[in-house]
Amino acid sequence: MTEFAVETRELTRRFGALTAVDHLSLQIATGEVFGLLGPNGSGKTTTIRMLCGLLDPTAGTARVAGVEVTETPERVKTRIGYMSQRFGLYEDLTVAENLDFYAGIYGLSRDTRRARTAELLGYLGLERRLHQLAGTLSGGWKRRLSLACAMLHRPALLFLDEPTAGVDPAARRSFWRTIHEIAQEGTTVLVTTHYMDEAERCGRLAMMSGGRLIALGTPAEVTAQVGGATLEDAFIVLQERDER
Amino acid sequence: MMPRFWPMFRKEFVQMRRDRLTLGIMIGVPVLQLMLFGFAIQTDVRHIPTVVLDESRTPESRDIIAAFENTGNFRIIGHVDGRPALDAAIARGDAQAAIVVPNDYPRDLARGRTATVQVIVDAADPLSSQAALAAAGGLAQARNLAILGARAGSATLPLEARVRPRYNPGLRSPVYIVPGLVGVILTITMVLITAMAIVRERERGTLEQLIVTPITRTELMLGKIAPYVGVGLVQMTTVLALGRFLFDVPFTGNVLLLYAIAHLFIIASLAFGLFVSTLVRTQQQAMQVSFFFVLPNILLSGFMFPRQAMPLVFQWISLALPLTHFLTVLRGILLKGVGLEALWRETAVLLGFGVLLITLAVRRFHKNLE
Repeated sequence: MTEFAVETRELTRRFGALTAVDHLSLQIATGEVFGLLGPNGSGKTTTIRMLCGLLDPTAGTARVAGVEVTETPERVKTRIGYMSQRFGLYEDLTVAENLDFYAGIYGLSRDTRRARTAELLGYLGLERRLHQLAGTLSGGWKRRLSLACAMLHRPALLFLDEPTAGVDPAARRSFWRTIHEIAQEGTTVLVTTHYMDEAERCGRLAMMSGGRLIALGTPAEVTAQVGGATLEDAFIVLQERDER
Repeated sequence: MMPRFWPMFRKEFVQMRRDRLTLGIMIGVPVLQLMLFGFAIQTDVRHIPTVVLDESRTPESRDIIAAFENTGNFRIIGHVDGRPALDAAIARGDAQAAIVVPNDYPRDLARGRTATVQVIVDAADPLSSQAALAAAGGLAQARNLAILGARAGSATLPLEARVRPRYNPGLRSPVYIVPGLVGVILTITMVLITAMAIVRERERGTLEQLIVTPITRTELMLGKIAPYVGVGLVQMTTVLALGRFLFDVPFTGNVLLLYAIAHLFIIASLAFGLFVSTLVRTQQQAMQVSFFFVLPNILLSGFMFPRQAMPLVFQWISLALPLTHFLTVLRGILLKGVGLEALWRETAVLLGFGVLLITLAVRRFHKNLE
């Protein structure tokens, strides 16, 4: 039997009276571009944070890249890359300094660091901004830099939490092209979004609402499960059902 | 061992260097404080503004008033002609002391009875009133000896206490303030800098990205404080150098030993700040907690007020402050010239504080977003 890149069983997280993630069971195969879709507050970010070992689940378990996250959260950290919703790099460091820092933190040897940095810089088109302070980059370039830092150590799995929030349409399109290229090289990508056009570009989708999984499958399957002509219709139907 | 310490160290160092304002403050504050303490603050009060009520108006009364003025502690600013005027002068604050020579002063003096001179001080200001009281007492003592000696027809005194103020013969305040100031400045800046360290990353959102990496808690903590050890050493050198050249503070002992022990104190202070950083949620809270900590350090450590005068409970509390021990080291090495044989206890305590506080900070810090 092949190991899933991500497997959760009854994963649950409560914050006081609020249940942010409610008995979520999911399986994501290696090499998939898997989308977590849902309105704000549906539990996408909490799910990702639990999978990365940033939050302990209240109940349930998660296996990520062959590691039980709840038991050994530190072991999973060498195998995953994570890009938070908010820009999480140092604005007072340059592009090169940020990359160098994370390369060091991920324990890359000097040669590997040099080769890998050059490769990613070229790939993501960051070379010309190498000595610019990260804080002065535009939204799209910040995302690219974050992605580069998250991929330095060739993670088996990449978690992208709303990677295109606040990015212009052209940059969004090219960012998604990159995501697919990464997946083609064998990296599993879990991405959250609430843009419908982006959801359509995922291999499979899990639609969340109020912390629960309400639909799962290819974009077409999800649309059919929820009922509606397009994914966007389905999404709105859900949101309305949620608010009631 | 700890392969991720160096990247962390380098990152903190670059960020520190880039933050010119903070760096400027870190160097500017010691210079400013040294000037304030060295030039502005003097605990030996002299030239207290004084009014005189001379009821007798005789050569004897003028003689005793001149003797008061000659001590240097009293500066006669005027004569008043009655009690109400005297009270008013003190109440208004024009005068902080008053000398009253009664009508019968010369008569009592001539007949060999106890002649009285009244000295009134404004004790709302404790330091200047104490100085005035001491000066008045000393003056009377000297006069008594002279008069008694003349009566007994003997020129030699039966007893004399020869006081030798060792380590600070001139009893100059900068000599004991400057070494203490090294410790106080390090406490303030070191604690404050690192108290902000973790919360700042949390507030800016960079901590989230950092804790999804395999960096260990110890690597993170040590990498964060290490660059600031350098800042602490620069601050210390600044204060010591200025103290030497501006206020002639002696360096009697082994300065290298002082620097070695200072490392321990700096690390303990930084570690305390780091510990604070793990307790609070915002930079503002970090600042408040730091100030809350700095105040007892200044008041209880013996920097300004003698610990021996404190109630026992406060003496014990002061032992829980690293600064108390470091002050003993600073004054011991700079003024007394003693070495490790006299200071090994303080050194061991400072080392213990460092280890304990780093351990606490690492334990308190969790690599998650709870």
